[in-house]
Amino acid sequence: MTEVSLRNVIKRYGTQQAVHGIDLEIENGEFVVLVGPSGCGKSTTLRMIAGLEAISDGEVSIGGRVVNDLPPRERNISMVFQNYALYPHMTVRENLGFSLTIAKRPEDEIVRAVDEAAGILGLDELMDRKPAALSGGQRQRVAMGRAIVRHPDVFLFDEPLSNLDAKLRSQMRVEIKKLHQKVDSTIIYVTHDQVEAMTLADRIVLMRDGRIEQVGTPLQLFEQPVNIFVAGFIGSPPMNQLAGTVEGDAISLGEVYVPIPSSVRGQLSNGQKVIFGFRADNLTPVGHGLREKGETTQLDLRVHLTEPLGTETLLFATLAGAEIQGKMLNPRPVAPGEDLTFNLMLDRCHVFDAATGNAIGRT
Amino acid sequence: MRRRLPEWFVLLLPAFIVIAAVVLIPLIFSLYSSFTPYKLTRPSTLWRWVGTYNYQKILTDANFWAAFGRTVLFLTIVLNVELLLGLGIALMVNRVTWGQRTLRTILMFPMMFSPILVGFQFKFIFNDNVGLVNNVLQSLGITDMALPWLVDGRLAMFSIVFAEVWMSTSVFAILILAGLFAMPRDPLEAAEVDGCTPWQTFRHITLPFLMPFIYIAMTIRSLDVARAYDIVQIMTGGGPARRTELLWTLMSRTGYVDARMGLANAMGYVSIILSILFTIYFFRKLSAARAEIGLEG
Repeated sequence: MTEVSLRNVIKRYGTQQAVHGIDLEIENGEFVVLVGPSGCGKSTTLRMIAGLEAISDGEVSIGGRVVNDLPPRERNISMVFQNYALYPHMTVRENLGFSLTIAKRPEDEIVRAVDEAAGILGLDELMDRKPAALSGGQRQRVAMGRAIVRHPDVFLFDEPLSNLDAKLRSQMRVEIKKLHQKVDSTIIYVTHDQVEAMTLADRIVLMRDGRIEQVGTPLQLFEQPVNIFVAGFIGSPPMNQLAGTVEGDAISLGEVYVPIPSSVRGQLSNGQKVIFGFRADNLTPVGHGLREKGETTQLDLRVHLTEPLGTETLLFATLAGAEIQGKMLNPRPVAPGEDLTFNLMLDRCHVFDAATGNAIGRT
Repeated sequence: MRRRLPEWFVLLLPAFIVIAAVVLIPLIFSLYSSFTPYKLTRPSTLWRWVGTYNYQKILTDANFWAAFGRTVLFLTIVLNVELLLGLGIALMVNRVTWGQRTLRTILMFPMMFSPILVGFQFKFIFNDNVGLVNNVLQSLGITDMALPWLVDGRLAMFSIVFAEVWMSTSVFAILILAGLFAMPRDPLEAAEVDGCTPWQTFRHITLPFLMPFIYIAMTIRSLDVARAYDIVQIMTGGGPARRTELLWTLMSRTGYVDARMGLANAMGYVSIILSILFTIYFFRKLSAARAEIGLEG
């Protein structure tokens, strides 16, 4: 059983504080993704768990054992680095077996473990090559293989896919997910790519400026963002956000009025400044949406740009002076400048307090 | 019409002339003179051809082979000591975070002195009467004798090695430090996570990466030390009684003191083999070490 827990973990560099007290409980076998913009402290947090970075304050424990003062080699973890970090002077086989060789395991056990890992990742053909003779994707697989061989309690991934091209990245994403299903270990994965976070994670930890903004399943973060930052970070395209003011039972977005969604009705006061947010998926031209029923309102908008994606087309329009995006399912060609009537699904809209940025109607 | 020389030839001519004057003619002349009994004091001897007489004489000359062997020994000791010290210094300086630039500059001070001056300095330091070393030893009561640092064969050899190492260890230190700077950090961290102790990380990751840098330093220094002359000449002059005679002190004595330039030139050509062998050896090692860490040979 290997759960990882962080209690009020702080990282200081001199007088600068980079991580401001992280609390996190990760269960055994869970796939947790730390995601956030660059400089949010996610890699630092991971490196503190790995033991590559000293913990300034607080407590990290792995499998119930406080590891603050243990060197990495005594934490029984494996790490996959962004730049692969393969040993350039060793063949793939030696790279894979290095940790076991160092641990002075018997030769036949090393061979077995290395062959097993090579089999899982399809490296059998490459065993006698050196890293310089491998492609980026192959190197990444070797790096993962090296992590698997040790049968660690916890896998740590530090932006492992960011050096790969888009196609390879989506391939490796699937491989990592398969790997997790096979080895069933706890995985902590750092990325700045919200797509990776959404597709891989059991639970996402969204960080900003050394603090956790929200922890939850991918769908929780997508459907119930606790503040504007989470709403803007998760989901592609990012959530449309419009500044507005509560006026009676409507929200005024300049000259346009939308009814207050029933989910937040009664929690707003007249004259309150809010941010009104909705995703492109929930603003669809009439006849081109997922559903037409439910709590909706209609908006007439002029489309000035389209991005056809095949199964859907992104429509760009201007609402209350801001550019917003809608989505057309079962698309037909739309000419720039065409006026369309859109359904806005009010029950999928989000209202945030403009002063604090926090979501209203969710706790 | 006058035939004009081809353009490429005209353009290359200055370079040809300079190289011929500076390198080629002296080389041919010295090679030729090694087949004559040329004595500086009797110029006419330059025109007497004696074939391989000088070379035969060298092959059977015990003094020459003693100097040859001593030079190889000197080379081996100096290179190894400098490697170990240089590696140690580089690893330590690499850990320094404050004032490292200054430290690096200070590190190069010994290289800034003329070898002649270094020789005089150590000649004084190791002097048996007024030298620093004996003074210290006697003041501390470690010995009441005046140790013959520059007179006893072994001690004199040690003193020269000491001076040479003092002056040139920084070549190794600087080159290895450059290697450490160029080293990627990721594999080191990966090794740490993979379960390596600091020693194992050094042994299995850092050292293979540094090997090309070490071999570059080895090549440079082997050429340097194989022609060691100034420090030895100043400190002991190859003496006493040839106990510290190296190839180049022997050659200069033969050529300029005994004035037997033909013989000295022959010695030069034989001893160049030593330098060539060392260079080939270290270049092979260098290519292998570069290939090892995934660089092109």
